[in-house]
Amino acid sequence: MLAALGGDAAAYRRLLDELGRLLKAYFARRLGAALAANRDDLVQETLMAIHTRRLTYDPTQRFTAWAYAIARYKLIDHYRRSRIRYTVPLEDDAALFARDEAGDTAARMDVEVALATLPARPADLIRQVRLEGASIAEAARKVGMTETAAKVSIHRGLKALAARFAPGDRDDR
Amino acid sequence: MTDELIARLADDIRPVRRGALPRRLLLALGIGAALAFAVMLPWIGLRADLPAAFGQWTYWSKFGFTLGFAVLGFVAAMRLARPGGNLRRPVLGVVALVVLLGIGGILQILAAPPEAVRELLLGGTALVCPIYIVVLSVPIHAALALAMRRLAPTNLPLAGFATGLAAGGASAWVYAFHCGESGLPFITIWYTLGILISALAGAALGRWVLRWR
Repeated sequence: MLAALGGDAAAYRRLLDELGRLLKAYFARRLGAALAANRDDLVQETLMAIHTRRLTYDPTQRFTAWAYAIARYKLIDHYRRSRIRYTVPLEDDAALFARDEAGDTAARMDVEVALATLPARPADLIRQVRLEGASIAEAARKVGMTETAAKVSIHRGLKALAARFAPGDRDDR
Repeated sequence: MTDELIARLADDIRPVRRGALPRRLLLALGIGAALAFAVMLPWIGLRADLPAAFGQWTYWSKFGFTLGFAVLGFVAAMRLARPGGNLRRPVLGVVALVVLLGIGGILQILAAPPEAVRELLLGGTALVCPIYIVVLSVPIHAALALAMRRLAPTNLPLAGFATGLAAGGASAWVYAFHCGESGLPFITIWYTLGILISALAGAALGRWVLRWR
């Protein structure tokens, strides 16, 4: 996105392609089967809004959070415009109050992409210990290392990631 | 279809300068304030003793107080023009500003002889002052709202409150060139009232006025 703000059309095009796919999934999940026909309209409207309002993106914040906030505004606006009253049986209302997981999913995807750049073993250790909540001893046993070796491996892995994704090196924001 | 759109948008990309968003809002605020002056001059004019007022600290406290509101409203509007912005810090700033001037007002009342207190509180224009401020805020608010609609506010009532606050502050600043009152208690109460009405009107209208497609 930073490249796009600078006027790089090719980078911008890749970004919009990717966003188009993400938004399709986002709206499909929220509209339900009955309204799926509106999905493509909403995707296009959101892409337009992202384009014409791109100056409101703050480069110090996460790009996906900004894009999804615009998508959410569009979705609510769509509900309001079409005067849809969703009626949900009271016992099924958990979905209404469910937290928005789009951000988590995107963050999770980012983490997986990042871990894929590491060798398999440290990546596996980091995933188990830092993401799935296993203890270092458990994780070490699973991959067949001593606890100390596992600790060192995790530390080195995180350090490598930190070096790779240090500020200024990211190109996908 | 979506692919066509993407191709069209990608062809249309022009670089966005850093600070484009504050610049746009500031331009709107400036145009609005100029309009408010243009309305005020033929209508109620400047205060007759304006050159003398420039030498009085009361004038400058009024100047600073109203400008403070305009700046805080502007900062708030800038934040709320982006998705997910909030008002917390600007509102704290507003409270601090009112408390500060209120303390000055109370000190002034305590120091004054009893027969002057009424003059300090009500001056000669207590009721018309907020009305003028609200009326003069209309062109400023209109300019700000037009700019805001082309940005991306997602909480429309809050964004309306912010533009209303900026418009009210700027309008009070313009009005201070006319108003001959100089009591700090007067300014604390009646100026704040006018600015607050403007901000609340903005919040009430935000849902319709700031809605964007």
